[in-house]
Amino acid sequence: MSITIIYTIATLSIIGIFAAVVLYFVSRKFYVYEDPRIDEVEGQLPAANCGGCGYAGCRAFAEACVKASGLDDLNCPVGGNDTMNTVAKILGMESVKKDLRTAFIRCNGTCDHRPKTSQYDGASTCAIAASVYSGESDCQWGCLGYGDCFDSCDFDAIELRSDMGVPKIIDDKCVACGACVDACPKNLIELRKQSPRNRKVVVACMNKDKGGVARKACAVACIGCTKCEKECKFDAITIENNLAFIDADKCKLCRKCVPVCPTGSIIEENFPPRKIKVEEKSELQNS
Amino acid sequence: MSNLFTVSPSPHVHSAETTSKIMYRVVYAMIPALLWSVFVFGLDALRVTLIAIVACLAFEYVIQKYLMKIKPMITDGSALITGILLAFNVPANLPWWIIIIGALAAVGIGKLSFGGLGSNIFNPALVGRVFLLISFPVQMTSWPVLSEGEVDGLTTATPLGIIKEGLTSGTPVSQIAQDLPSSTDMLLGQMSGSLGEISALLLILGGVYMLIKKVITWHIPVSVIVTVAAIAALFWLIDPERYVNPIYHILTGGLMLGAIYMATDMVTSPMTPKGQLIFGAGIGIITISIRMFGAYPEGISFAILIMNAFTPLINNYVKPKRFGGN
Amino acid sequence: MLKTFKIGGVHPPENKLTSGNPIEILPLPKTVFIPVAQHIGAPAVPLVKKGDAVKAGQLIAKSSSFVSTNIHSSVSGTVKRVDFQADSSGYPKQGIYVDVQGDEWLEEIDQSKDLVKTFDFDSETIVKKIQEAGIVGLGGATFPTHVKLIPPKGMKAEVLLINGVECEPYLTSDHRLMLEKPDEILIGIQLLMKAMNVEKAVIGIENNKPDAIKLLSEKAKEYKGISVTALKVKYPQGGEKQLIKAVTGKEVPPGGLPIATGAVVNNVGTAFAVYEAIQKNKPLFERVVTITGKNVAKPSNFLVRIGTPTSELLEAAGGMPENTGKIISGGPMMGRALASIDVPVTKGTSGVLLMQKEEAKRDTVLACIRCSRCVSVCPMGLEPYLLMTLSEKQIFDRCESNHIMDCIECGSCSYTCPSDRPLLDYIRFGKGKVGQIIRSRNK
Repeated sequence: MSITIIYTIATLSIIGIFAAVVLYFVSRKFYVYEDPRIDEVEGQLPAANCGGCGYAGCRAFAEACVKASGLDDLNCPVGGNDTMNTVAKILGMESVKKDLRTAFIRCNGTCDHRPKTSQYDGASTCAIAASVYSGESDCQWGCLGYGDCFDSCDFDAIELRSDMGVPKIIDDKCVACGACVDACPKNLIELRKQSPRNRKVVVACMNKDKGGVARKACAVACIGCTKCEKECKFDAITIENNLAFIDADKCKLCRKCVPVCPTGSIIEENFPPRKIKVEEKSELQNS
Repeated sequence: MSNLFTVSPSPHVHSAETTSKIMYRVVYAMIPALLWSVFVFGLDALRVTLIAIVACLAFEYVIQKYLMKIKPMITDGSALITGILLAFNVPANLPWWIIIIGALAAVGIGKLSFGGLGSNIFNPALVGRVFLLISFPVQMTSWPVLSEGEVDGLTTATPLGIIKEGLTSGTPVSQIAQDLPSSTDMLLGQMSGSLGEISALLLILGGVYMLIKKVITWHIPVSVIVTVAAIAALFWLIDPERYVNPIYHILTGGLMLGAIYMATDMVTSPMTPKGQLIFGAGIGIITISIRMFGAYPEGISFAILIMNAFTPLINNYVKPKRFGGN
Repeated sequence: MLKTFKIGGVHPPENKLTSGNPIEILPLPKTVFIPVAQHIGAPAVPLVKKGDAVKAGQLIAKSSSFVSTNIHSSVSGTVKRVDFQADSSGYPKQGIYVDVQGDEWLEEIDQSKDLVKTFDFDSETIVKKIQEAGIVGLGGATFPTHVKLIPPKGMKAEVLLINGVECEPYLTSDHRLMLEKPDEILIGIQLLMKAMNVEKAVIGIENNKPDAIKLLSEKAKEYKGISVTALKVKYPQGGEKQLIKAVTGKEVPPGGLPIATGAVVNNVGTAFAVYEAIQKNKPLFERVVTITGKNVAKPSNFLVRIGTPTSELLEAAGGMPENTGKIISGGPMMGRALASIDVPVTKGTSGVLLMQKEEAKRDTVLACIRCSRCVSVCPMGLEPYLLMTLSEKQIFDRCESNHIMDCIECGSCSYTCPSDRPLLDYIRFGKGKVGQIIRSRNK
């Protein structure tokens, strides 16, 4: 019995040592030199492999950083400026400060705003629904609500809200990797510059139809009336194809455009509640 | 319901065929063989079958509901088939607790651990059967003596068992043959064996029903049986004293049950007719190899499981003929 | 043994409710909307503006390239405006609204019912006239006919196949046309033969229309080179590739044109339109449309002016039944579901099918049991179950290597799937993506 055990241990050990020797020589023979800084940079990256930087994964991005002569065009949206600073330090380069961004779904056509005019009954993805027809409502531009963005998000930053028909981005979790931007067949998602406390004033609509048509399809559609454009003191609002757009880089978050919008298509988020002005108060009292 | 028009991509009509219809047709096809086993082995056969069915359905329900947390799909008929097939593959005098362990192995390991119906690689009933065969070899190979409805605790060997034992001990075939049932008995099912495998005739009848109802195609059963017969015949012609008549190979053991009901399981068999022929031939070769040269008297279960593992490979390499292609 | 194509195919319930109903002329609507893109290829360019008076048959939008075609006014009246309206896809498309006043046709159109048998044109003239008359494939694909008649360099057409298969369930417009206008169709076929310089034409008709087979076989004896072949009833026999295989036994190579087998396929409706265009100088501005459905009070075959809103057809067929759940433009296998009944009849509209609510809903999707029915019914020899999974997981390179571009979108796979899986939905999606990838690669 004990002899069997000894033999077994001895045989296995010999095989093990032999294999180790072979592996040692093979690894010496086929050694490939790799810049050690690639590993170092990769160690600093978030390892999300989301592709938000435009490279196939964190390793590919690290390689690109090491090869690059400057970090101007390279940015890891997930790690943000902190990560890029560390990377810059490792590589001895200047880091370039990039704006933080957050995704925003430019459609507010929830079920109560946008009446359904037909019922879709097919494979439950936006991409297929969009290839079949324009959508369940009369608005051909708006959100279909089957959640291709939700499926594409690796960071749980999208709340599906299937009862409301339009998903919502959870700002704190969004890393602006851009996966949802590519996933949306209606091109509704925009990566906007992040403002302090995630405050934002956005036209939540992509409807380029004429005012009447847009309004009929959806209660909160932008009708291109240009009131907000006139109200804005900072030239942040432009109107093109019957649709207003607020440039996040120019917007000073004064919120003056919000109340002038006749359809309520401009929405403000993460602001403290407005103080009700005197004249409005009196109106309220009268009504 | 609202008065909105439905918009969906074409096609807008659908055939009346459903998954559960297909499953229940398989169940109907197995009923004659089940009735025959009750006739031969008595109520014990019914007991084993019912325990297997209830256990399979219960495990499917519990695992889907509480472990996988999905809507239980026990009405689709697939667990029912697994239960019946498991019962068909065990002796009629198997203790109840072993059957339940078998059902757990079949449904839990064989099917649901892969993700449920459609995702399993191996035939669930056979996973259960082989699990039991390896874990409880004594109970799984103690076949009840045929006694017209009564089970008296005595056990006997299957024809294949007799052949294997005889040949290993060097007895010539002519002498072994005296202990074997006649070919009519084998065809009708007057021999010992697992619960559902004994009556080749009724199994073929069920197979014909499934063929007519287009549940299965002829490719797999025919290629399995033809391969087994051809190889057996070859060896028999070379030396009829060391190898038995191919009729024994075809009519005894689980060959018919395996070829018609288990190898044809849609989930675990190849998609194209050509692939199915290769699959069947593989099963035949492995089966006959185990029977002739292996330690076990019967090898169809192992053969099907091994070929199940090759199914994805076959699907990958054997493609249907492309229209306009070569 | 009747001829048919070899691989795949299904046989859905035929439901040809209207095969015994003669073609009726639909009363003129008040307004028509004539889209400028009713065909495959570039949209036509509108020639009229608001307030212009037009006559039926007048050119109102001009073909903008070779693969494109002319659009003619289907009514007489005043152009209301040139605007956009949602088509069957729900997206707005350009078109011309015409308010109907009276029914005045262009003078050169021969409105008599007399059969004009003889013609004396060379093939170039015929092709030119077909192009001018705006004729497209009336089977539903709406490919401009004149393009088909001019084979690419180095290829020669040997036989003209006429598609009288009408394999879609419910639809009977081609069937009725064959019964009521056999001579016109045969003369149209002769014109097409002359245009292509071929000596032989075969009309393929499925065996569920024995009256049409009999009538056309008899009449065809008077016309040189035309014969009729009865085919076994099997969907999708009306597919170009399947029809060529069924009649000639030759297979169109993958990615190739039908002309590679020496055959050119045209629909019976197209043959009739060719007859009218050349012998009667009448451009294509009306067509036969079947309106049908299990609940429809008066299922009919109507001769309808292009641009007539679908709602007018519903009205004429006895109104919309109460529990209508889905309106389909075309047949149930390949037609498009409409979101609105304002969508106009176009050159490609072969029928309008109303489905009951309970028919309209799809069943719950279950897991694939790998039964391989989709593989066995695919007429192109593909593996739909695999293509669906690959499209769903967006593995487009493997979609391509598994020949997703061969798919003719006949829907046999989705039709037959016992688990009600939306196979074609995903395959179509994958096909679109792979098509984009191939185009960008070729750039």
